[in-house]
Amino acid sequence: MSTSIKIYVPRDAAALSVGANRVASAIANEAKNRGQAVEIIRNGSRGMLWLEPLVEVETDKGRIAFGPVTPKDVSSLFDANFLAGGAHPLNLGLTEEIPFFKNQERLTFARVGVIDPLSLDDYIAHGGFAGLKKAIEMTGAAIVQEVADSGLRGRGGAGFPTGIKWKTVLGAEADQKYIVCNADEGDSGTFADRMLMEGDPFTLIEGMAIAGVAVGATKGFIYLRSEYPHAYQTLLEAIRTARTAKWLGPAIGGSSYAFDLEVRLGAGAYICGEETSLLESLEGKRAIVRAKPPLPALKGLFGKPTIVNNVMSLATIPWILANGAKAYADFGMGRSRGTLPIQLAGNIKQGGLIEKAFGITLREIIETYGGGTHSGRPFRALQVGGPLGAYFPDTLLDTPMDYEAMASKKGLLGHGGMVVFDDTVDLAQQARFAFEFCAKESCGKCTPCRIGATRGVETMDKVIAGDTAKLALIDDLCHLMTDASLCAMGGLTPVPVMSAITHFPDDFNRAPKRMAAE
Amino acid sequence: MGWDDAVASSIVNEYKHLSGATLPILHALQENFGYVDKRAVPLIADALNMSKSEIYGAITFYHDFRHEPAGETVVKLCRAEACQSMGCERLVAHLKDVHGVEMNATTKDGRLTVETVYCLGNCALGPAALINGELVGRVDEDLLDAVCKGQSHERMAG
Repeated sequence: MSTSIKIYVPRDAAALSVGANRVASAIANEAKNRGQAVEIIRNGSRGMLWLEPLVEVETDKGRIAFGPVTPKDVSSLFDANFLAGGAHPLNLGLTEEIPFFKNQERLTFARVGVIDPLSLDDYIAHGGFAGLKKAIEMTGAAIVQEVADSGLRGRGGAGFPTGIKWKTVLGAEADQKYIVCNADEGDSGTFADRMLMEGDPFTLIEGMAIAGVAVGATKGFIYLRSEYPHAYQTLLEAIRTARTAKWLGPAIGGSSYAFDLEVRLGAGAYICGEETSLLESLEGKRAIVRAKPPLPALKGLFGKPTIVNNVMSLATIPWILANGAKAYADFGMGRSRGTLPIQLAGNIKQGGLIEKAFGITLREIIETYGGGTHSGRPFRALQVGGPLGAYFPDTLLDTPMDYEAMASKKGLLGHGGMVVFDDTVDLAQQARFAFEFCAKESCGKCTPCRIGATRGVETMDKVIAGDTAKLALIDDLCHLMTDASLCAMGGLTPVPVMSAITHFPDDFNRAPKRMAAE
Repeated sequence: MGWDDAVASSIVNEYKHLSGATLPILHALQENFGYVDKRAVPLIADALNMSKSEIYGAITFYHDFRHEPAGETVVKLCRAEACQSMGCERLVAHLKDVHGVEMNATTKDGRLTVETVYCLGNCALGPAALINGELVGRVDEDLLDAVCKGQSHERMAG
C-alpha cells in the first residue's frame, strides 16, 4: 500500500452539488477494478467552482488538477494514466499554477482545499495552532493589541475594527464572558464562511479559542444558519476531534486556559445575521433586534460581555497571531488592511472564491477572474455586498474593493459577495425585490423597516405599472428608512433600491412603452 | 410518524438543560415529527419556565418551523439574487405552469413540498436547491420534471 496514490475529491457542498460524491465513488470503483492502490482524500474546495468537481492527483511535481469531472470521465482518466498526471482533455495542469488560483493572496484560506478538513494532523502539519500556542504565552492585552495593530475590520459587513471590540470586552468585569461566532451567512452571493467551515474548520475553532484566551471568555457559540447542513456536520465532528485532542476543554493546548464551544443552528431568519438579533435567537427567543447601547461587548449574550465576530474575522486571527500584525497589515490599501475573501457569483462564467488584498477593482474581479457572464450575454449590473448592497453599472466597475471607496460610490463591500447580472435583468424588478425581501425578513420591531418595506413594494408596483411620478415617494421613503431604522436591515434596504434607480433609470420608465407596444 | 406527546416530552427533556434551549428543542421536534405541533407549546413552556406566548412567538418567527407535516419530498428552491441572475424565477414558473406545483405548499397527494429559501451558499453554481437535504447546483427544468414525477435523478445523489 505504500505506493498508493493520493487523490483529492472535494467534500465541499458546492462540489457535492455538481456530483463530487458520485465522482469519488466512481474513482474508488475504477481503481479497485484495475487493481490500483489509491487513497481518496475528501478535501475542501480550492474555490474554482466552475471546475467542480475538481479532482487532484498528487505527483512528484505537485498536485495536478482535472475538472470538471463527471462519473463518465473516470474510465478515460484512468486510460490516460491520470494518476501520473497524464494528458487528458480535463487535465488543467498544476492546481497552484491555474491563474485564477495563482494570482490570489490566500491568508485566511491558506489551507482550504489543501488539507483534509477533519484531520488534526494535517492541520498541524500546515501550521495549525501556531497562533494559539503564541497566544497562550501572551497577556490578554498583548493579544488584543496585536489584533488592533493588524488593522483587521469585521468581515461580516460593517467593517468595525475588531481590536476595538475585543478591547471593550477585555476591559469589562464579569463572572462570565462569551465568544459568539456569527455564521449566519445569509447574503445572497456569499459562501466564504461556508467554504471555510467545511474546508478548514479547525481554523475557526482556533480563532475562537484565541479570542477566549484574549478576553477571558471560557465559552463560545457558533450560530450557524440551518441552510448549511454540510457545514454543520463538519463543525460538529471538528469540535469533537478538537475536544478529544484537548484543544478545547478545561486546559486548551496544555495551558491553564479553559475554552469550549457549541454549534447552534438558526432557523431560516435572515435578520439573525444582525448581531443583537442573533443574540436574542441564541437565548431562545424571537430574533428581535435590540437597541444599542448597551453594546453586546458589555451586555451581550445572557447579559454578559460578548465578542460577536463573523467567521472570516475569527478565522483570520490565527494567521495574524502566527505571522504578526505587521505582516497582515502590509496587505491592503487605505484603512482597509489585509485581505478580503471575495465571492464571485451569479451569472458568471468562472465563479468562486478569490482572496485578494483590498484594493483590487471590481472590473478586474469580474473580467480577469470571472471571464464574463455565464450566459455569454453582455454584462449589465453587479450587486456587491448582498441584498443590502448597491447595483453598479459598468461605469463604476473601476472602483477598488475598499470599505471607504465603496462607500464613496454609495455602495458597500458587505461580506465581499459579488453577484453578476447579464442584460436580461430588469432593475425595477430587482428594486422591488429589495423591498419585498426586507418585508419578509424584517424582525418587525421598528416602524420604518416593518411598514416601510411593505409600502415600498406597493409603490414600486405602481412605478412598474407606469406611474413614474411615484418615484418621488420612493425617494422620500428611502430617506426615512435610512435615517430612522433601528438596524442595517431597514437602514440599508434603500441602497439597492436607490442605486438601481440612479444607475439604471431606463428600467423605471419602461411601462408606458410596453403599453404602447401592446 | 404522527405527533406523540410522550415522545415529544422526552425530546424536550433531552435538550432543556441547554442554555437558550428553545431552538435546539424545536429543531429536534421537527427532525423527529417533520413539523412542530401546537401541542408542543405548553410542553416547552413548562420545561423552560417560559410563557406559552414566548414559545408560540418563537415558533412563528422562524421560517424553518412547519405547522404541519411536509410532503415526502421537500425541495427548497433558492430565490435570492444570485439564483435570480441564473433564472430561478423561470423555474418557479415552470413548476406552476407545467406541473401545477405552487411554491410554499404541499401537493394534494402529499408527495411534494416546494419551499422558497433565500441563499444556500451555492451562488456560483446557481440556480441551487436543497432536495431532501442534498444540495444541487445548476438546477434545470429536466431535474424538476423528474422530481415532480417522483422519478429518481442521478443529480440528486450528491
